[in-house]
This record gives sequence, structure tokens and C-alpha cells, in this order.
Amino acid sequence: MSQVNTLHLRDYPKNPTKVYLYGTCLADSLFPDSGIDAIEFLERQGIEVIFPQGQSCCGQPAYNSGYTDEAKAVALEQIRHFPLDIPIVIISGSCGGMMRHHYKDLLKDEPGIEKFCDRIFEFTEFLVNSLNVQLNDSGPAERVALHTSCAARREMGVHITGKKLIEQLDNVELVTHDYESECCGFGGTFSVKHGDISNVMVSDKTKNLVNADVVRYVSADWGCMMNINGSLEHQKESLRGEHIASYLLARNAMDNTGDKS
Amino acid sequence: MSVDQVNPNDESKYAASARAFRDNVSRDLANDELRSNFRGAMDYLVDKRKTALSDSDELETLREQCKLIKQRCLVKLPHLLEALEEKLTANGIKVHWAETITEANEIIAEIIESKNGKTVVKGKSMVSEETALNDHLESRDIECLESDMGEYIVQLAKEHPSHIIMPAIHQNKKQVADLFAKNIEGFEHTTDVDALIQQGRNVLRDKFCNADVGVSGVNFAVAETGTLCLVENEGNGRMCTTVPDLHIAITGIEKVVEHLSDVPPLLSLLTRSATGQAISTYFNMISHPRQQDEKDGPGEVHLVLLDNGRSQMYSDDELRQTLQCIRCGACMNHCPVYTRIGGHAYGTVYPGPIGKIVSPHMLGLEATTNLPTASSLCGACGEVCPVKIPIPKLLLRLRQESVKPKGAPQVMKGQGSGRKTSEAFIWSVWSMIHKQPLFYRTSMWFATRLRFLMPKKLGAWTVARSAPKLAPKTLHERIKEREQAAKGK
Ligand code: SF4
Repeated sequence: MSQVNTLHLRDYPKNPTKVYLYGTCLADSLFPDSGIDAIEFLERQGIEVIFPQGQSCCGQPAYNSGYTDEAKAVALEQIRHFPLDIPIVIISGSCGGMMRHHYKDLLKDEPGIEKFCDRIFEFTEFLVNSLNVQLNDSGPAERVALHTSCAARREMGVHITGKKLIEQLDNVELVTHDYESECCGFGGTFSVKHGDISNVMVSDKTKNLVNADVVRYVSADWGCMMNINGSLEHQKESLRGEHIASYLLARNAMDNTGDKS
Repeated sequence: MSVDQVNPNDESKYAASARAFRDNVSRDLANDELRSNFRGAMDYLVDKRKTALSDSDELETLREQCKLIKQRCLVKLPHLLEALEEKLTANGIKVHWAETITEANEIIAEIIESKNGKTVVKGKSMVSEETALNDHLESRDIECLESDMGEYIVQLAKEHPSHIIMPAIHQNKKQVADLFAKNIEGFEHTTDVDALIQQGRNVLRDKFCNADVGVSGVNFAVAETGTLCLVENEGNGRMCTTVPDLHIAITGIEKVVEHLSDVPPLLSLLTRSATGQAISTYFNMISHPRQQDEKDGPGEVHLVLLDNGRSQMYSDDELRQTLQCIRCGACMNHCPVYTRIGGHAYGTVYPGPIGKIVSPHMLGLEATTNLPTASSLCGACGEVCPVKIPIPKLLLRLRQESVKPKGAPQVMKGQGSGRKTSEAFIWSVWSMIHKQPLFYRTSMWFATRLRFLMPKKLGAWTVARSAPKLAPKTLHERIKEREQAAKGK
């Protein structure tokens, strides 16, 4: 059984009416639009979205740096703010991987942690597997690329769901760029601690994206996009990445009844 | 600093070159030819593996099976090592135990000297690289010739292997031709790979016939039957282990497997993961010295079993998984960091992801502190590892050990050596802010309002990227406003 198959062997809530949104710290202070767009998109699907104001960061930065106790204190605080037994939709694959998989280790002594982790769904994964969304495409014809973060790809299987959603957009041609599955070189503190290696990786990634001759690339991870967009801007390239929540919202401006909303 | 610049008699030569990791990286990233050699070779190997393992169901079934075999053998390791020694001894193979690399080298030199050996031909063995055996033997006037083509190239160039399966992968055919031209008498210049290799082989042929001793590694040591299995493609392994009258094998204690039947699945995944071959050209099974009625094979066979930090890995349930490794090299082939910096930058015997998780036990975490952090944790290594070693998880664990505060239970050599007061302080402040919702929201409110103060230069980040810009308002605030607006409607 392939890893991807195993990833999808989870129970998806059918016809949920209410979800929590986990916004992530990056979206909070740098890219809040994607959080708002995700909420709007979900609401248009008839879902009530609760955003607990007590949330801050999943703890990944400290956890990946080896500071387990510091990460744990923050992680423990997060789970307190999501008491209802409803799905928690998260707009970042790597934070999703942290909360869905690494919390099981980090908070292994916490009662009910398995259950909490099982409620974590990455945004695109949730749209495809739980909501089975059907998209109308109201945008112009264009070529786009998709970048999936490594954690999203390997821990959450999001490269499949992201692709499935974009493929539903009639006027969009999804272009595969060279070395699509290769890491963009972000890796949190890696990009600072080993900046020279990370720089080479992100330069290759941007080169491959630019060569794909697309008008934009979309991704479900602000970590990677901050890295890739930052590099593109530095190189004075016009190409930029957009969060998939914002992109889908913009393309799917028509609701399911066909009314312009 | 490369390994070659360190005094070969210094036991910690690899520790010194691992310490120079950052300098090594700058040096090798600046070498375009080197980078293109690695990228090309890795792409080729990735492709070969993909073709050889195209059935994902079969692959996952086999990986699970191989993982379980290695885990079972590790659980029984002490017992299996005893059984192996007993069986090998009964078969007439002498077993030696070495806790350190110095002990291993000493044992081997003494065996050779007791037979008045002067010349050694070596099959490929990474464990003998680990002990720097060639250097040691040379210091005792014993000549050592590498017989694996890649190792031979590396030896001629006075370098070290840059890959555990393909030691000379950092050189392209033009570079090899130049090297041969300088070192092989009567070399006819060519960049045709087959013709090149053939000329190298002719040199080696002679050496085989005249060597006193053959040294080899071991891929699997079977406890049940007392058999040493050796996987190779060039036939040099077979020559080394059959032509000279004395054969000395050296390997790590983790290479023991319980049953002969454990070997086929491991072998099948090893060769396909490594080079995409269904099976290697040669598979040698050595069970005893030459018998009375036999015409060839060595009169004496020895096995040296090396610890060198392996017991330390073994003592911890999580870190023990490091010992599952069958040294296929797939993790480095798929590693975006290895592909960029190449094998020498690590400064260790084992480069790439496996090198990052194994070297800290061999050289201590202090000398290798930069290795576990030099990863984006992308997970490509763990995804391809044939024995399912959770490499990213072990890297995280080593990061934890590296920054552990003083007084924590001792798990490994050099633990806590990477802890910097400033960094520890930053994370404790970070934690304090993020675990208190009100404090967090207030901090973010201020940060976004004062965003004009944010510096345009952010250290290593802005060398190749523009600095991210804080939003005018946080998501928390905007959602609150949105909710209030909805209520007001
Ligand atoms: S860690 Fe896994 S992939 Fe890497 S060399 Fe060992 S067995 Fe092969």
C-alpha cells in the first residue's frame, strides 16, 4: 500500500455544518487575506466557521529547532481553544502535519490527543474529501503551476487534493514544472541557519517555476510561498504565488446556483 | 577543510572535517562543475530507482517486510552476534571484536603482519573508510590498493568517497580521463566510459594476482549459517575474497541478520533502491576458508566486527532505528541538500541523510552539530528508505539532543553542545508569547502597527529574498471586525 493510500485511509466527516478554522501564525501577521478568503469560501459552501481568538502558533518553529519544551507549552495552549468535537480546518499543510502527526508525539501524555489530531484537516483535503466541492470557473483562461510543501505532500497527501481542485477549473491549465516535488528550501529556521544551501534551493525552484511560463503559481503553504515569493521579488521576476483559498474564491465567484455573488 | 587535509594519523580526522561543514559548503556550492556532476548523477539514479520500483504496492509491501526483518534482528542483536561468532568459528572463520576504529585498525594490521603481508587489495568497504584503514596500514608500510573502480579513482585523486555506493560520483568522465592520464603509464586518452574503465581494470588485474591480502566489507552476516554476503558489480569483491591467501572482512555489528531467508528481500530492495538493478552482477556468499579438497579461496578468513558508536545508537529505542540502514544510498540520491552540496562537504565518511543521523554517534554531536540542522526536513529521504528509517524524525531528535540543557539524562556523546544561551532565550520568550493568547494578540497588534520599523534586511534571509511585509491588521483582528459587522447587520 503506498504512502498516499495510507494517508487517505482516514475517516472524513460527511456533511459537516460547522468547523473551526486554524489560521496559522504566518497568515495572522503577514497574509491575513488568505484566512478571510478561506472562511468566505467555506461559508459559501454552507458551513459555519468558528475562529477561536485564543489560537496563536502550532509550535512548529520551536519544535523543528529542537526546543521541545517550549513547543509543547505552545501546543498545549492551542488544543484548549478547540473544545467542540468538530473538524479543525487549517490553511497550511505543514502546520497541519505538525498538528495532525507531531502532536501525537509531542503531547503523547495528554488525554484525548489522538482524537484532537484526528480532527485536523488541511484546507484542500477538507474541500475534496469531506465537502466534495464542485467548482464553477468564472475566471479567464490561464496557465498556473502548483507548489505543494513537502510536509503537505508527504504528511498530508495534499498534492493530490490541491491538484484535484485546480483541475475542476475549466479555464485553468495546470502546468507541471520541472522538479515539482522538490523542496523549495524553506524548512523554517533551516533557511536562516543554512542560508547558503537554502538560497541555492529556492533559486532552482524559482527558475523552474518561471520556466513553466505560468501567470501565477498556487500553494496551500505560506511558509514556502514567503520563501519563493521573496526570492522572485528579489530577482525582480513578476511571477507570484497565491494561496489556494484566495485563488479558488476568486475563480469560483459564482455560487452553485449560478448567481453572481 | 577536506578530510584529506587533516593528519591521517589523527583519530579524529573526520571530526575536524565535519566541524568545517560550513566552509566546506561554501567551497562546494561555488563549484559549478561539481554541482552539475551531482545533479546529473542523482537525477539518473532517482530515475533508475523509479523504474525498478514502479509497482508502488509491491514497493510498500517490501519496505514494510524489510523494516520488520531489520527490527527483529536488532531486537535480538546481542544474541545474534553471539550465534554468528559461534557459527563462523565452527566454519573456520576467525571473529574479532573492535570497540573503536583504532582497535579495528590494530587488529587488521596485526593479522597482516603475522603473515608477513606487504600488499593488500581492497574491495569496497565503507566501514574501512570509517576506520581510515588505508592510512593506518600505510603508516605501517603495508600497501593498500582500492580495487573497486570508483574507490580506485578516489584513491588516485587522493580523495575520499563522495557517495557510499558511487565513491567517485563527483567526477565526470573528462576528469577521470585526466586523472588516468597523469597516473597510468601508457594510458591512451579517451572519454569513452567503457574504454576508460577497461584501462583502469588492466592495472588492477595485475595487482590482484600478486596481493598478499584481500580486504572486503560485508552487506549481510547471516547468524544461522555463518555466511558473509557481499554485494558488488565489478567482480573485484570476488577477486579480493578468493585470490589472496588471506581474506579479512570488516563490518559494523548491525549487519548481522538472523536467517538466510532474511537476505533475499533485503537484497532485492537494496539493489533496486541503490542503482535500480534487479540484482547486482555479483553476489558472494563466504562461509569458510578454502577446504582441503578445494582448489581456490583464501587459506584464512577473518571477520572484524566494529562498534564505533553503534552501541550508543542501540541503547535508545528511537535512535536504534539508525541501525536498520542497509547502506543503499537512496536517501542521498533523493536529498535536495546532498544534490546541491555534494558528498565531500559533509566532511564525514557517510554523507547525505544517513550521514547526518549516523555521524553524530561516531564523532560526537559537538563536532557534527551542523549536520542535523542542515536539512529542510522535506522528508524525501524517509520516503524512499527501503527499511523505513524515519530519517527526518531522527534529525529532529538529534536537534533536541544537541540543544538539551545541562543535567538531562545522558543519551549521547556531545549532547547539549549545540545549546546557545541566546538561542535558548529567544525560544523561551517566543514560547511565553505564544502560549498566552492575550499577550500574543497584543504583541501582534503592536508588530503590525509598527511594521514600518521592520528592517529591510533580515540576515541570511534577505541575501536572496525580499523581506516579508507585515499586514496592516492581523487575521485575528479582521475576523473580529467581520464578526462584529455581521452582528450589526
Ligand atoms: S538510511 Fe535508508 S535510504 Fe539511506 S542508505 Fe540507509 S537504507 Fe538506504
